[in-house]
Amino acid sequence: MDLGSHAAYIWSAYAAVGVGLALLIVWLVLDGRRHQRLIDELEAQGVRRRSDQPGGE
Amino acid sequence: MVSMSTLRQSLSNPTRFMELSATALPWVAGAAGLLLTFGLYLSFTAPLDYQQGHAAKIMFVHVPTAWLSMFGYVLVAVSSFGLLVFRHPLADVSAKAAAPIGAVFTLLCLLTGSLWGKPMWGAYWVWDPRLTSVLVLFLLYIGLIALRSSIEDETLAAKLTAVLSLVGIVILPVIKFSVEWNSLHQPASVMRLGPPTIHPSLLWPLLVMAIAMSVLFAALYLKAMRNEVLRRRLKALRAYQVRASLDLARQPAE
Repeated sequence: MDLGSHAAYIWSAYAAVGVGLALLIVWLVLDGRRHQRLIDELEAQGVRRRSDQPGGE
Repeated sequence: MVSMSTLRQSLSNPTRFMELSATALPWVAGAAGLLLTFGLYLSFTAPLDYQQGHAAKIMFVHVPTAWLSMFGYVLVAVSSFGLLVFRHPLADVSAKAAAPIGAVFTLLCLLTGSLWGKPMWGAYWVWDPRLTSVLVLFLLYIGLIALRSSIEDETLAAKLTAVLSLVGIVILPVIKFSVEWNSLHQPASVMRLGPPTIHPSLLWPLLVMAIAMSVLFAALYLKAMRNEVLRRRLKALRAYQVRASLDLARQPAE
């Protein structure tokens, strides 16, 4: 694809957006997985929220 | 018939939010992926602009990030208002989730603007009212994130961050009207009184990319809110664990 003399600026702009959004997505996915894993570990040890316990809300 | 207050109570329940968002998130993320693919195709097959040439393609990512950088701040401010006035259970979750996403979109707006400015204006950066006010918006986002993480008491941190975000909303009209203050930046071409001043062959790729990025923003926001609800659940579970071990230690030995 020939983007003329401004090709480097155009590709850099799209790359910046792609990398920026990809990093944001990766951070959010990993952060969510880490929290869920830690919650699962605690629940496996028998730690439960009050609302999850028998007679809870 | 479900009353409005019952519906609001149902949506404001974090457990109900987690159920609804778990169903919605894959669809929203999938829609964002499809729309972005279509938007990128339209962007790279769009005709040349008669003045900017191919460099106008940078506008297809720059303008949506600029719109969403301001929308993100509106989201933070409205959520902060919801926390301070209505004490909505998800308001602080929403404000906290939206801030880093808004910051990333603002940074991308500044970067893509600089990459457009160099070939068009001959400089990556000028202390123009529009550019400077968007930089202030970015610093405001960073300030909100830094303020929240610098205070250990989460309730206090939420309230102080909410107050700062409401004070900072003054930056939005400054950004909007800054193009009329001796600015290099061109005035609004789409969101203006009267029809857009862009040719439809360039307007359509811009609108599709704006919709695609808005849907992506929604997916990121939902995911960030889910993460924050999970973090709060984890904190509550750890508190129960500590309390249970202290109760055990206090029991007299038989």
